[in-house]
Amino acid sequence: MAIDRSVVEKAAGLARIALTPDEVERFTGQLSVVLTAVERLKDVDTEKVSPTASVLPVSNVMREDEIRTGLSRDEALANAPKGGRDGEFFRVQQVLEERP
Amino acid sequence: MPRSIREARELLRTRRISALELAELALDRSHADRHNAWLHLSDDHARAQARAADERLSTGDAPLLTGIPWACKDIIGTKKIPTTAGSRILEGYIPPYSATVVERLDGQGAVMVGKTNLDEFAMGSSNENSAFGAVKNPWRDDRVPGGSSGGSAVAVAAGEVLFSLGTDTGGSIRQPAALTGVVGMKPTYGRVPRWGVVAFASSLDQVGPFANTVEDVAIVCEAIFGKDPNDATMVTDFPNDDLRSDLDKGVKGMRIGVPKEYFSVKGMEPGVERAVRDAMKVLEGQGAKLEEVSLSLTDHGLAVYYIIQPAEASSNLARYDGIRYGLRVEGPDLLETYRRTRGQGFGPEVKRRMILGTYALSAGYYDAYYVKAQKVRTLIKDEYDRVFEKVDALVTPTSPTVAFPIGAKVNDPLSMYLNDIFTLPVNISGLPGISVPCGLSDGLPVGLQIIANSYQERTMFRVAAAYERATPHHLERPKEKAA
Repeated sequence: MAIDRSVVEKAAGLARIALTPDEVERFTGQLSVVLTAVERLKDVDTEKVSPTASVLPVSNVMREDEIRTGLSRDEALANAPKGGRDGEFFRVQQVLEERP
Repeated sequence: MPRSIREARELLRTRRISALELAELALDRSHADRHNAWLHLSDDHARAQARAADERLSTGDAPLLTGIPWACKDIIGTKKIPTTAGSRILEGYIPPYSATVVERLDGQGAVMVGKTNLDEFAMGSSNENSAFGAVKNPWRDDRVPGGSSGGSAVAVAAGEVLFSLGTDTGGSIRQPAALTGVVGMKPTYGRVPRWGVVAFASSLDQVGPFANTVEDVAIVCEAIFGKDPNDATMVTDFPNDDLRSDLDKGVKGMRIGVPKEYFSVKGMEPGVERAVRDAMKVLEGQGAKLEEVSLSLTDHGLAVYYIIQPAEASSNLARYDGIRYGLRVEGPDLLETYRRTRGQGFGPEVKRRMILGTYALSAGYYDAYYVKAQKVRTLIKDEYDRVFEKVDALVTPTSPTVAFPIGAKVNDPLSMYLNDIFTLPVNISGLPGISVPCGLSDGLPVGLQIIANSYQERTMFRVAAAYERATPHHLERPKEKAA
């Protein structure tokens, strides 16, 4: 199926990816080709077929519920992005409005 | 460099070479690599592991992989050693723990030389999608090595290490193995722990080895297979210590299927078909019964794969948000920070797949794309199940072409995706598959793929080893290696 720019822009928005106008243009053409190629699945009769999410014949895998040590605070914070650490915390942007 | 783990083991055991000497040799060769196969060489770490290996070897209580130098695809986490997944978004990331497969090899006394180049987040079939530059094929500098585990394939093909680990989501071990002339193998889904491996498409991803011989690959499998309490997507109750027990049994009387649809695809090179047909004659000459089988949905595999795989990836890669690790490109608000971080941190192929996957999962399209693909997946799996009632293994080409020129397919995603047409149905169905060298076409290696039923790695190794014994192709190496 051929798609237009708005489809790519909308999906990129949902995926939280900023695209340049050039990228939108290029991806629109390339993804139209890919989506046209996958359209052939319509020809397969799947009326009575159930979907496969995983080929594994397992479910509800449990492990012993025992206390294990996790990462230390320093280990967890060690890879914080540049400007992304404030002492013992990750620094993030404010997401809630301040009360008046 | 010794020609196999087996050969190196003998040298180490008889102390004709020390693990430290072998590690220095691997480091020298890896530092001299001209193919951009490496993203990080861990000299000090390798020397420390080699010294420990020498101590272990001197006590006589040393597993087979003790002192054997290996290379790790940079999508597999390594404690205190950078792990980038080939992406700018993880540049500088240093994992606080190692993947289970790495811990298991550490436990065996194997010596990790460093981390190998790959397509970003394993998305690619040519290793041109790495944020850190393309990998070159040691057989010809202007050719791709295949992907996504291109660096791991090259490190073995160029004689820099004795084995390596890669990951295979749609062919990312088998296809580069074929294009560089080494043995590469994808295990049955659920046999190898994925704890600590950067997730790409979780219902398809498996870790597996590259090496010079089928036996070497089986040795590594014995070391990394088996249940891990940290991975809930694993099968249990299958023995993992007998994978080599059928290597010498030969193929006499075995039933081997040849899927006819695998030979009618567009774009198959005559030289590839010739080499694979010759390989089939070899197996027949060894006493195997070859029979034509039909896998009528082969052509639909690509469509199923290019919906399910980007859909799962778009979900898995949501974690790269610039908050706790990796790149952060700050904007005026949080949403803009996410958008800029991901817009600048991801390369073009990753963005394409995120958009495709998000689209396939979005309201209004989910049933038409994602659920439909999952249903056809069921049919593809059923078809393999039926075929394996009749035959013990399947033989096919690994890839329709030999290594293609760098740059030839970068702007044509669909033609790039077609490289994996013979390998990705194996991931869709969760089966084990191996690629072994089966000769040259235009001076470049061709791979023979052998597929077995789930958990039948032993049968797969048996066929592969019989073929290897009967032909000299696994000994062919790019010229520089002869030195």
